[in-house]
Amino acid sequence: MAAVSDDPVDEDEAETDGGVRAYTVRLELVDEPGELLRALSPIANNGGNLLSIHHERGNITPRGHIPVEVDLESPPDRFDGIVDALRDAGVNVIQAGAEHYGEEISVVLVGNLVERDLSNTLSRIEDEADAVVRDLSLAAPDGTDAVSSARIRLAIDSGRSDAALEAIRAIGSEKELTVVEPLLGGDSA
Amino acid sequence: MKLAILGAGDVGRSVADLAGEYGHDVVALADSTTATVDDDGIDIAGALERKAGDEALGSSEPDDVFDADYDVLVEATPTTLDDAEPGFSHVTRALEADRHVVLANKGPVAERYEELRALEADSAGSIRFEATVGGAIPVLSTIEDSTPQAVTAARGVLNGTANFILTRMAAEGLDYEHVLAEAQDLGVAEADPTFDVDGTDAALKFVILANVLADGGFSLEDATVEGIQNIPGSALDLAAEDGRTIRLIGEATRDGVRVGPRLVPENGPLAVTGTRNIVQIETRNAGSLHSSGRGAGGPETATAVLSDVGRLPPL
Repeated sequence: MAAVSDDPVDEDEAETDGGVRAYTVRLELVDEPGELLRALSPIANNGGNLLSIHHERGNITPRGHIPVEVDLESPPDRFDGIVDALRDAGVNVIQAGAEHYGEEISVVLVGNLVERDLSNTLSRIEDEADAVVRDLSLAAPDGTDAVSSARIRLAIDSGRSDAALEAIRAIGSEKELTVVEPLLGGDSA
Repeated sequence: MKLAILGAGDVGRSVADLAGEYGHDVVALADSTTATVDDDGIDIAGALERKAGDEALGSSEPDDVFDADYDVLVEATPTTLDDAEPGFSHVTRALEADRHVVLANKGPVAERYEELRALEADSAGSIRFEATVGGAIPVLSTIEDSTPQAVTAARGVLNGTANFILTRMAAEGLDYEHVLAEAQDLGVAEADPTFDVDGTDAALKFVILANVLADGGFSLEDATVEGIQNIPGSALDLAAEDGRTIRLIGEATRDGVRVGPRLVPENGPLAVTGTRNIVQIETRNAGSLHSSGRGAGGPETATAVLSDVGRLPPL
């Protein structure tokens, strides 16, 4: 019996101080009546406290499902039980846990941002780069008809920054925007 | 070593001027139209004076350089793209005559690396090209010392003109066109700055780095290149609000080459100012190394050429 401290089993052991932590769970639901309620009941039944539900009905995943993001809080030792109960109930859990949106990156976009529909650009970044826009600063010194710049701070899942930046590059080239990416490699990030 | 120098621009002239200080003789110096050749050593001061006065370097043809009794050909003609001629043919002739070649010309090493290495394999001579990447900064010799296999990536700023423009834009809140005009007045930017600001010059250097890391396989067309022409002052202002700035950063790995404007921490190592260059060498076993210095200029680049000459084995 090896007593290795970084054994993943040890990390999953319950905390004993009785505290609660916030978690985000990302689900994909089939577009049928009652599906959302069915997905949420295992959370409450297993000691989770629902904080918010982000239900994007108009937004269909490539598999034809509806993505739902659920913020909840629970004692850390209960969280795995909640995810297991969701999966036992046949709910498709895409991502669970605190690593969701664990990284932040900033990008600067340059171009005819307003003419190219800035709000559409932002929502496409959220969808296609799987990111949440935390903050936006716009600089349009020559007016919104001219070339302007925007700095966008994005929250993305840990380890997904390369894929997210690739998606943003593709949106940028489609909309003829210059994307100034952060340098992530080495110790310069 | 006896040097034959092709190209009498800033670099070629400085190599001739400094060769004696480094213990080498110059037996030939040529520009694109004339040459001076003397197996006992040319009159360097006289040749440089004639060049400064727009006179012929000497009475010989540029081609006569190859008949001189030289050990090392210094290829310092202007960089050309695609077939990298006439530089590539110059290197070929010297290697086929079993002589060493030291290049300051980026073209052959960036565009035809594998062919150069094949020619070298059949020759008693060898090629070195420290001067093609980062001027005075010892980049290739650092990679060589760390052994290329242990280097995972090279990143950094290798174009002083673009870096100067971005630095001034950030400091003065001015737009690209305005700062470019200022840089041209100061002689920092050339009359046609295209290759500096569109990223081509930096890309050639990072292609050379990728070739060294992967032992060939890259040319300019394999690089993803974006310039700084579209960066307005407002983008630098926004970056600064976040403690960042924008630099024209290149990255070379075994998987590819990419050059473009990137966000870097304002006080981080890669945010060098003015015409300064910096290279970060990421190693597998020793973390990151940073070398910073003057990436261009006659005497600066000539020191890299002469260091290479010093590393060559006797023929």
